[in-house]
Formats: sequence, C-alpha cells, structure tokens
Amino acid sequence: MTDDVKNRLRRTMLFLSAQRPSLMKDAYIFRPDSVIFDLEDAVAESQKDAARFSLYNNLKSVDYGSVERIVRINGLETPHWREDVRACVAGGAEGIRIAKCESAEDVKLVESAVESAEREFSADPGKMLLMAAIESPRGVINALEICEASDRLFGVAISGGDFRVAMRTSYHRSGVELLAARGGVLLAARASGVQCFDTVFTDLDDMEGFRAEVVLDREMGFDGKSVVSPRQIPVVHEIFTPGPREIREAERVVRAIRENAARGVGIFQVDGKMLDIAFLSGAERTLALAKASGAYEGDL
Amino acid sequence: MEIKKTAVAGTLESSDVQVTVEPGGGGITLDLSSSVINQYGRQIKKLVLGTLENLGVKSGKVTVVDKGALDCTIKARVECAVYRSNGQTDGIPWGAL
Repeated sequence: MTDDVKNRLRRTMLFLSAQRPSLMKDAYIFRPDSVIFDLEDAVAESQKDAARFSLYNNLKSVDYGSVERIVRINGLETPHWREDVRACVAGGAEGIRIAKCESAEDVKLVESAVESAEREFSADPGKMLLMAAIESPRGVINALEICEASDRLFGVAISGGDFRVAMRTSYHRSGVELLAARGGVLLAARASGVQCFDTVFTDLDDMEGFRAEVVLDREMGFDGKSVVSPRQIPVVHEIFTPGPREIREAERVVRAIRENAARGVGIFQVDGKMLDIAFLSGAERTLALAKASGAYEGDL
Repeated sequence: MEIKKTAVAGTLESSDVQVTVEPGGGGITLDLSSSVINQYGRQIKKLVLGTLENLGVKSGKVTVVDKGALDCTIKARVECAVYRSNGQTDGIPWGAL
C-alpha cells in the first residue's frame, strides 16, 4: 500500500453497528472520512453470524465513494475474529480495527490471518490496512511496539470505555482520567510515524462538552476522533480543518523559509516572530491538512 | 445446501427483513409480505429465489417479511438463515456468495 493511503485524511471515524441495516445502508451521506462497521461490542453474541453476512453483502454492494470502510473485528480472545477477518478480506474492506490490542504479537496474529485470507480469496496482497485499538494499561505501556508491529498498521486509537474501567475511574469532563493514555499513545504514534485517534464521546446531548474535547484532541496533536453519531461529524471537521488565518500563516511561513533558505539565511523574522527550518514541517502539515480537507487550493 | 431445521435471520425493524426457512419437500414455497410489495414484490421474490439457487437450496418453506430492506440486506438475511439451518457459522465460502 502507498503512504498516501496509509496517511489519508481521517478526522472522523463513524462507528456503525453491523447488526443494524438501517445504519449501514447510507451512512456515507454524512460524509465522515471513515466508517467503522462494528462486529464487536455493538453486536449481540447471538447475532455475530448475521452481522457478518450483513457486513459482507454491504461491502460488496454499497458504494461508499471516498469514505473509507474499516471493520472492528471481535477480540482475539473470542471464537469470532478469524471468521471476521475472512469476511472483511473477501468483502473488500479497506481496513481492520483490532479490538483490545495489547502487544505487537496481537497485531502480527491478525496480520497473519489477513495474509491467509488474501491468499484464499485472491485479494491484493498487502492491501488490507490495520489499526489497533488500545483499551488497557498494558496496551498503553506497549503502544510503541504495537505501532511498529506491521507495515500495514496506519494508526492507533484510544478506546476510553474499557480503559477507564481498568483504571478504576470514570468519565470526567476535564479528561484527567485519560491524561496518561492520551499522552502515552500519542507519543508512541508520533515516534513511529502512524496516525492517532481519540476515543468516542458518548453523551450526545452534551455538544458543548463534545466540542471542548475535540479542541483538546486537536491541541494535543491527534489526527482525528472516533464518533458515534452523525451529529458529531461537522464539529470535528470544523475543528480539525485549518481556518483561513491558520492557512495564511502557514503559507507565509513556508514561503519565507524557502526564500530565506535559498539566500542562505537560517533564522529570520516574519510578523515579529522568530522562524527557522524547524517550523517548516508544521506549516507544511497545516497546508496538507487544509488541502485534504478541501479548504486550500493553493500551490504550496 | 439443504434446509435442515427451522431458522430465522433478521428483524422487523425498518430497513430490515426477517427471513424464516423451514424444511419441506417438493420445491421451494415462498411466502412474501412487504411494505413495498406493489413496487418491488417481483424483484424481491427474484432476489430471494436467486440467492437460494446460488446456495443450492432446492426445497423448503421460506417466509419473508420485508420492511423496506436493500437488496444486499435481503440477500444477507437469506444466506444467514440457510447457514443457521445447517448450524454453520464459520468457514463460510465468502467469495462464492
């Protein structure tokens, strides 16, 4: 797979239960960057097989356009996950989300099952991407080895529900209970060059609290957020898309650094701020994000 | 495949379809009710019978209660009901469905 595919825009990843056809049939109209068809927690134990048949036929039949289709498979401790992987590969999903991932071995185990399914169904070898959901203290501690476990892995996500239980705490509006997890997983993701996504916000009536959490996510450096309702999508896109002022500043920084570098000047001032080459990649990333979001059509 | 025992898949929620398969001889008996039967009844019957044919099912009683499901949902529920009637949840020949 190419880096463009691995690093594509993923501001929002919308969870949809694969048990509910009404949710799956047209979720692309809400224009999330990705959907996550859920075979795990949102599906009753007695309906795992039915959800898999729905998933497979949906993947084969419904055109999601540019919306990426990822599937959250059942946990590796269950009897379901291997069949989940087979259905994902045969159906042509773009990615698999590994639930409750705790080690590099977990990633490699799923990778091995994907390879086997790719051979069985004559799918493009290496095309299926992976992401890991980190839901436990052990997963957070092992985040770096998880991030580096496979070339297929494009990102890691924090799953707050199980993590809070394991930490013997609960949701707090300040986010203090996830401070260590968010910091640890983000550090691992950045160190290994993969994307990082924050956990869901489940109180759909608290849009103010949701907005505050998304701002925190952007400021911390996350690439996007898992969402559970279409209502949450525009808020995340607004906050994660650079605004006009941010874009103008990034343009000025990129142009100034390139022009000064051409003249052999390493450090200089723009609008009263000291700049050097260290600022270039951040400004370029802002423009790339703006371009991918459709907010910038410039030539930088 | 045979329909070995009675099995049900799907729900009566909007956009879903409930499919019940029961053992029976002498070909396939299809009982369809749908909120859109006047518009899509013929197409739904064709889809159900085509799915059963693809699975190799030659006889049995099939009851379909449609609540405005997409074709892919109808196909999924028929396949699930038939595999449930055989007690099979793993090793599904996905590529051939």
